[in-house]
Amino acid sequence: MVAQRLNAILDSDLWWSFTRSKVVVGAAIVTLLLFVAALIAPWISLQDPWDPGALQLINSRNPPVWIEGGTWEFPLGTDNQGRDMYSAILYGLRVSLVVGFLAVIFAMVLGILLGLASGYLGGMTDTVIMRVADVQLTFPAILIALLIGGIVRGVMTPADFEAVAVYVLVLSIGLSQWVQFARTVRGQTLVEKNKEYVQAARVIGLPARLIMLRHVLPNVMGPVLVIATINLAVAILTEATLSFLGVGVPATRPSLGTLIQIGNGFLFSGEWWIVIFPGITMAILVLAVNLLGDWLRDALNPKLR
Amino acid sequence: MTDRPNAPLLEVRSLRVEFETRRGPLVAIDDVSFSIAPGEVLGVVGESGAGKSLTGTAIIGLLEPPGRITAGEILLAGRRIDNLPYEAMRRIRGREVGAIFQDPLTSLNPLYRVSDQLIETIRTHLPMNEKEARARALQLLQEVGIPGAAERLDHYPHQFSGGMRQRVVIALALAAEPKLIIADEPTTALDVSIQAQIITLLKRLCREHGTAVMLITHDMGVIAETADRVAVMYAGRIAEIGPVRKVVQEPHHPYTVGLMGAIPNLGHDVAALTQIEGSMPRLNAIPPGCAFNPRCPKVFDRCRVDRPDPMPVGGSDVACWLYGEGR
Amino acid sequence: MIAFVLQRLAQAVVVMLAVALVAFSLFRYVGDPVINMVGQDTPEEERIRIREQLALDQPVVVQYFRFVQQIVSGNFGTSLRTGIPIGQLMAERLPATLELAIVAGIFALAVGLPMGVYTGLYPRSRLSNAFLTLSLLGVSLPTFLIGIMLILFFSVMLGLLPSFGRGDVVHLGPWSTGLLSASGLQSLIMPAITLGMFQLALIMRLVRAEMLEVLRTDYIKFARARGLTNRAVNFGHALKNTLIPVITIVGLQLGALIAFSIITESVFQWPGMGLLFLQAVQFADIPVMAIYLVLIGFLFVLINLIVDLLYYVVDPRLRVDVRAGRGG
Repeated sequence: MVAQRLNAILDSDLWWSFTRSKVVVGAAIVTLLLFVAALIAPWISLQDPWDPGALQLINSRNPPVWIEGGTWEFPLGTDNQGRDMYSAILYGLRVSLVVGFLAVIFAMVLGILLGLASGYLGGMTDTVIMRVADVQLTFPAILIALLIGGIVRGVMTPADFEAVAVYVLVLSIGLSQWVQFARTVRGQTLVEKNKEYVQAARVIGLPARLIMLRHVLPNVMGPVLVIATINLAVAILTEATLSFLGVGVPATRPSLGTLIQIGNGFLFSGEWWIVIFPGITMAILVLAVNLLGDWLRDALNPKLR
Repeated sequence: MTDRPNAPLLEVRSLRVEFETRRGPLVAIDDVSFSIAPGEVLGVVGESGAGKSLTGTAIIGLLEPPGRITAGEILLAGRRIDNLPYEAMRRIRGREVGAIFQDPLTSLNPLYRVSDQLIETIRTHLPMNEKEARARALQLLQEVGIPGAAERLDHYPHQFSGGMRQRVVIALALAAEPKLIIADEPTTALDVSIQAQIITLLKRLCREHGTAVMLITHDMGVIAETADRVAVMYAGRIAEIGPVRKVVQEPHHPYTVGLMGAIPNLGHDVAALTQIEGSMPRLNAIPPGCAFNPRCPKVFDRCRVDRPDPMPVGGSDVACWLYGEGR
Repeated sequence: MIAFVLQRLAQAVVVMLAVALVAFSLFRYVGDPVINMVGQDTPEEERIRIREQLALDQPVVVQYFRFVQQIVSGNFGTSLRTGIPIGQLMAERLPATLELAIVAGIFALAVGLPMGVYTGLYPRSRLSNAFLTLSLLGVSLPTFLIGIMLILFFSVMLGLLPSFGRGDVVHLGPWSTGLLSASGLQSLIMPAITLGMFQLALIMRLVRAEMLEVLRTDYIKFARARGLTNRAVNFGHALKNTLIPVITIVGLQLGALIAFSIITESVFQWPGMGLLFLQAVQFADIPVMAIYLVLIGFLFVLINLIVDLLYYVVDPRLRVDVRAGRGG
């Protein structure tokens, strides 16, 4: 049974196009490695960069180990507060990924629900949702995320804000991404709505919505997965950008973007490692996820086959 | 060479076209040979997927990868054209071999005026200046029977109806006076009422210009009315080829017999054929021996083992062991 | 034609009203609207006058239309943080942002379009692969990181280009331009590349995808069958059809450039509207945020409108008024 399943997968077009491209396999391995590294960060890091007690200013702005003055204690050097860059990157990766995933999941759930409502109910609901989507789509995600962040700041005290900053980030990135999901799901819902089985279910008084849900969801899984993968990369980028702009995660629990922002202040004083290593990690992560997303989109697009 | 009477204008010898796929090559056209004399109309019939269009595409040298010619040769007026470099073949396309495709709605570039497309084609092949080319463009439009040609010359394709667009396409194909036109299902996408007009027009123009035509269609009625000879294709091979009257009135190949039997009044599509049980095999599942053997009512042992080559039977060439030696 | 323009204009007005509604909600419900309007150091009687002017005791709908009225008449309120009228702030900052966005857009188009055409025509060539890799980097690298890398290389290591500000600006009436001085131009290079990089990659990928699509169409096959030269087919028929959807996206991207300039302006301390908005977000300067939103919305809608009209000019299929003499 399992062998049969495995055979089916190994024989599929998806798997074939996967193994055909070394780049995609590489991207998958890199993504997996980074995910695992983020997951087990507390066990493979050298210090807890979130614990102010563990940081000593005497160790601040140490260069990486291969440069004069570097030690194995801090293989990639330290930042201005004596934070070990290697550990900070692992923890930062964690924050970036968590925010990215939560934001995409939030956008996905919201988008699917609104898309279903829009497609199934039609009429006013549909018009309103799709108009809002149209207007929102004319504005770049980053602007919307910034705006939402700014509003929350406006109604909260700074201390309160710090405590909920991560959730605000998830909310604002998620709200900037729901449109694509909603449009895809709405389209599929409209297709399914007019099929005979839905009409038939209506006639005999079955809960047509539930039946439809069971048909719509599997059909949109492919496109939704593609959008989600590509949006994960976008969400990670947006989070990093917001943090870099100083309106994202607080500096006490830095994400990759926050680390880059901190490093940006030391560009001219020669401590390039504070900005370079988080920057490279960020670039590799987003590149790998983007490559996977691209491949998935091409592989699932029958037009290109 | 072309001076010899009855020397073929187009000669296709043992053509083989394959598609490279990840599960090995697929043979789409296998050992197809035929010829077309100057001014002659050769009809090519068969179900969709039989390799009719692909043969036409191979002749004008526009096969797209992963498809390619792997064996055989194509000669135009005695000159081999299947192995020409792209630029040399380009000069032949439009000038010596014209083409008309199935869908007139999509054959014309929507962003170019009809005059632009005509003049461009004329000036690519003929030594004319803009003004001369425009005069010829107008003349062509009049010739294909577009009313008010002078004012419609500068219209865009979307301003023409389907039938009118196909007339424009014919004008484009004839623009540089080619000796051969490959017409691939030229009427399939049109209304039934307009189909006859277009076929009549094509036939008349080609007679007037002495142009030979390879008319690809699945409409036996069109063939019977228009063609001089007819080739019946099945699963990438030629089943029977001969003068149209012979093939229609006394078909020899069991497949052709089935085709004709299925068309009581010659007005129906081969596609709607129900007389023959089963369907044409997919390219990756062509049986050994004669490709038609699983569906053939007269099948015998040899058909499942050896592949028949076309052999002369009563004026036609028929690829069937019924007429082979040792029967 | 007129009906088409009117319809698009009506749509534009509706979108603007929606954007104004968001801005109004910000203005009205986040913080005190009177302070939002005139700042904190205003005497009581002045506040009462403003309160009446804003119709705060009237129904919300009336307040909304008063708000729209104020904006249309050019009264944008006062920045909470600086106490300077927002209209004045924006007018000072607008030229910097527009110059940056337009130069970045030209850079992205001038480089991205040829690269996209090339990769579409020769999808299997080595150079195409190199371009595609580059474009993937372009969409994967965060804008701020590209900016930082450029600064690290060209300013810190080579000392070639200035890393912040606009350089010397020349004032032409209300407009301040950095395009007329050597230091202004030098200062523009890295920000423009940083801002344009993402759009470059996007344009390239879009043109490539569109080109591949067009090359598969029947009319391209028919153009080849007529023996037209490769040049005529690829750069005439194919490119022209490719450019139609590209126009739309590129137009919309100009709007995106203005919004994305927030990041670039932050990296290079470019004194534009984006930097202003960013400071407003950090200090919860609601009036500035609201007006920035309205202004950006206006620019977007304006660009959209121009793109629509351009589309109409380029694509004859949309000009349906000349559909004379159809026949069978």
